[in-house]
Amino acid sequence: MVQSLHYLKESASQTAGPYVHIGLAPGAAGFDIYRQELGRDIAGPNAQGERITVTGQVTDGVGALVKDVLIEVWQANAAGIYPGKGTVENGFRGWGRVISDFDTGVFSFETVKPGAVAGRDGRMMAPHLNLWLVARGINVGLNTRMYFGDEAAANTTDPVLNLIENAHRRETLVARADGDVYHFDICLQGDDETVFFDI
Amino acid sequence: MTALDLIQRDREWHPLALAPDYKTSVVRSPRNALLSLQSSDSELTGPTFGHDDIDAIDNDLIRNYAKTGDPIGERIILHGRVLDENARPVPHTLVEIWQANAGGRYRHKKDSYLAPIDPNFGGCGRTLTDATGHYVFRTVKPGAYPWRNWVNNWRPAHIHISVFGTAFAQRLITQMYFEGDPLIARCPILKSIPDQRAIDQLVAALDLNATVPLDSIAYKFDIVLRGHRSTYFENRPEGN
Repeated sequence: MVQSLHYLKESASQTAGPYVHIGLAPGAAGFDIYRQELGRDIAGPNAQGERITVTGQVTDGVGALVKDVLIEVWQANAAGIYPGKGTVENGFRGWGRVISDFDTGVFSFETVKPGAVAGRDGRMMAPHLNLWLVARGINVGLNTRMYFGDEAAANTTDPVLNLIENAHRRETLVARADGDVYHFDICLQGDDETVFFDI
Repeated sequence: MTALDLIQRDREWHPLALAPDYKTSVVRSPRNALLSLQSSDSELTGPTFGHDDIDAIDNDLIRNYAKTGDPIGERIILHGRVLDENARPVPHTLVEIWQANAGGRYRHKKDSYLAPIDPNFGGCGRTLTDATGHYVFRTVKPGAYPWRNWVNNWRPAHIHISVFGTAFAQRLITQMYFEGDPLIARCPILKSIPDQRAIDQLVAALDLNATVPLDSIAYKFDIVLRGHRSTYFENRPEGN
């Protein structure tokens, strides 16, 4: 026998299930209960930078729309600063909750385009949104990132995108730019499967 | 300076992404390996919440949606601590829960189970842990309910729990179950967890010490988030 290390184990994840909205977006479940739902406004009214809309759909391994997904967004402000790491605009939370429409499967949210952020070892990371997906059938929430299609130069040197050897797979993390609207579809499985991270 | 890295998530402790007996996972689980990513600020920072964000009544599911009286069901206190893997409390972090009512019915436009909606029960609550990482909710014990997986599957009584921590990479959603429920051992969702000890960790113990005599029975459920890694004597390259 040896001494015990006495570390605890992280509680095992369980699926958020089909009714995740009750807890995290009750208005979408069909009722009002809280004074304010959290995560409805990512950037707040005072955020500097370019106002953008992100829209897309989530599909499963047979191409069906995932209409019960909940996505959380975490991002830096336009200056590349995360809340808690430095001063950000009053009201800038950098975090939000997004759900897909129960009928169309389309999700859409508004925010500001984040700035580049210093990565590990000081290498700059291209502007990106950090995303976390939960839904029925997803046993452990899925982490991914959305990069911006109109940031080709920054994307080329991004240390995370460059970890992805296959160019086609790298493209799954890059949103198509259409003015101030970015189209970003997420594929849980299959030929166009989005790159997900173990972070 | 970058915050300390987190302890690696133990993928052999968590449920498998592809668990064929939980049928929906078959088409919703990635087939490619997850890309391992050493953390940057994008993973090691995360949102914070304060008392301006929520109201005191939000953690009382017996009262937070009551219209004409109390909801039907077994009155329970659910309490515990949010800790990290180093057994340190996680203070002032947001804990959100949601659940079915005592009959096993969710207040959700997509739930069509024949058990009735309770007019006095919303089924969600939220609170912040205190300085010692402690949280408490009051609610009614949720009922078991059938779900479409095999022809005849029943979920054990459970409460969904969402927790933040301080880093986006600590984000966790899990479910707590109740001591003694015979459905626990039969649940395909729970059985997607390969290690029985990890399942046991999701089962809350009856806690008679925390009951309110003649009023509410209590269950204790501690939640563990990923801890920060110690990095003794690490040679850090310039700029880190």
